[in-house]
Amino acid sequence: MRTDQFRGQLRREARIERVFRNATLASVLLVLALLAGVIIALVHGAWPALKAFSWSFVLREKWNPVTEVFGALGPLYGTIVTSLIALLLAVPLSFGIAMFLTEICPRWLRGPISTGIELLASIPSIVYGIWGLFVLAPILQHQVQPWLIEHVGPMPVVGNLFQGPPFGIGLLTAGLVLAIMVLPFISSVMREVFRMAPVSLKEAAYGLGATQWNIVWHVVLPWSRAGVIGGIMLGLGRALGETMAVTFVIGNAHRINASLLAPATTISAVIANEFSEAVGDLYTSALFYLGLLLFVLTFGVIAAARLLLLRLESGAGRRV
Amino acid sequence: MKPPRSNLRRRRLMNAVAFTISGIATAVGLAVLVAILWTLLSRGLGGLSLDVFRQTTPAPGSNGGLLNAIFGSVVMTLLGILIGAPVGLLAGTYLAEYGRRGSLSTVVRFINDVLLSAPSIIIGLFVYTLVVVRMGHFSAIAGAIALSLIAMPVMVRTTEDMLNLVPRSLREGSAGLGAQPWRTITRIIFPAARSGLLTGLLLAVARISGETAPLLFTALNNQFWSSDLMHPMANLPVVIFQFAMSPYEDWQRLAWVGAVLITLFVLVLSILARSISSLFGQHANPGE
Repeated sequence: MRTDQFRGQLRREARIERVFRNATLASVLLVLALLAGVIIALVHGAWPALKAFSWSFVLREKWNPVTEVFGALGPLYGTIVTSLIALLLAVPLSFGIAMFLTEICPRWLRGPISTGIELLASIPSIVYGIWGLFVLAPILQHQVQPWLIEHVGPMPVVGNLFQGPPFGIGLLTAGLVLAIMVLPFISSVMREVFRMAPVSLKEAAYGLGATQWNIVWHVVLPWSRAGVIGGIMLGLGRALGETMAVTFVIGNAHRINASLLAPATTISAVIANEFSEAVGDLYTSALFYLGLLLFVLTFGVIAAARLLLLRLESGAGRRV
Repeated sequence: MKPPRSNLRRRRLMNAVAFTISGIATAVGLAVLVAILWTLLSRGLGGLSLDVFRQTTPAPGSNGGLLNAIFGSVVMTLLGILIGAPVGLLAGTYLAEYGRRGSLSTVVRFINDVLLSAPSIIIGLFVYTLVVVRMGHFSAIAGAIALSLIAMPVMVRTTEDMLNLVPRSLREGSAGLGAQPWRTITRIIFPAARSGLLTGLLLAVARISGETAPLLFTALNNQFWSSDLMHPMANLPVVIFQFAMSPYEDWQRLAWVGAVLITLFVLVLSILARSISSLFGQHANPGE
């Protein structure tokens, strides 16, 4: 009797085990299915536009919902330029912050400062948008941009980037907001990889008479190169796909303008602005096509970044 | 013979310059945080009154609050977590416990990491195709599903990380007593990683409660009070977007109030999550 009871209990336990295990397995497969579903949905939605425009879509600047001629070059340009501006500003700043936190900052201050920087990452993007539009853009319009137009504008080559009236909103403003938004991501990755640099290497450099800056530049940075690049690309992936903050301050113009002060648009801003108002299958489909382009772009960048960081985690990237 | 010229002074100078610049960079980062919080408080707190929580979103020029938007955000965030968190928890459990070194886990870990930083507007397009097109109209449930898909990767990642902090010996001890893995996991490992899992949950809530892009064409917005999950529902982020972009001053004022509410909520959650996990960190590996 007792053995029967015991055996029954064992069997029940084993049955629950099978159910539980399969439930976890199903959840894992759901993550895979999510990615597959996203790809299928994007291609499916983009199909009419893919058929109508094929590759010419990517190279056309015109975006005319009335005549149903659509091209992605404008948003594509805006997406890439704003992201590059963001990286140009955020990478040196992040490097400075990471260096400050790992080399200079007294230990008791490290926690509060890194928390402060990381809190920048948790502020919702819509808040960056409204702040960018009502606070940052007026400052740029009245103080910064007139100066740029007057002093940098007449310069050869570089001057072309700062032409036209100061709108306040446009590529430069969007790039600035994006820089603030990706700053915490890049700096926290840099901080982590800087911290992993072997102490023995640093001690050896100290022994040779190196200053702290010598060590950061000639020892820590080369050692953590893969991680730093991974972190930068992670930031790039974020910047490319960021939607709301950019939608507020980009100006929503499909034209391509050499000036960074001109209003422009990005892929995500076009989708956010026009999707719920798009009439006609081709219009909606063109927006899906844009979504597909954005997905391919960000997926490539993020995947490359993760691969770099993964290699680092497994130790293969460390060369001592 | 002349002694070799020392470049020590130059290197010291370089060092001082680099330190100063790095300090300035840090100050700039913190100053931006302070600037954003300051703007929010100075522009938003003034408009904060009881009416914000008592009245629904107004037409331009009349009085109103954000009641329907707050309600909608709470409902959709809760639903999103209720759908996304269990799936994320189970998937993370698989990665940490059952398939630790399997090739499936390697692939899923990688894809999950990519999903973590994928643009949320793409998730919006996906849910639009999956739910909104099928239903024929925008709905709160579509918004909740979109949010759940964003919360899921966050949960997967933190669950795996937190379960990995639990010492192996606990699992071996439990297995030695004859417990099946599910019993070990639910009775020993989950309780041991309790605060870590809670941190993950809070981070997931913080992440989705401010999300706007995926709601734009799933839940859409609603000028009026609605508690019907099958229809468009107001929500704070989209209301902030719409009101801030409008030319009406009273709408813009409400947008700032909404921004303050969301930011304070998210910041409090992140700080809470942080303090829980730092408490947890001290007890993470007592035996190892």
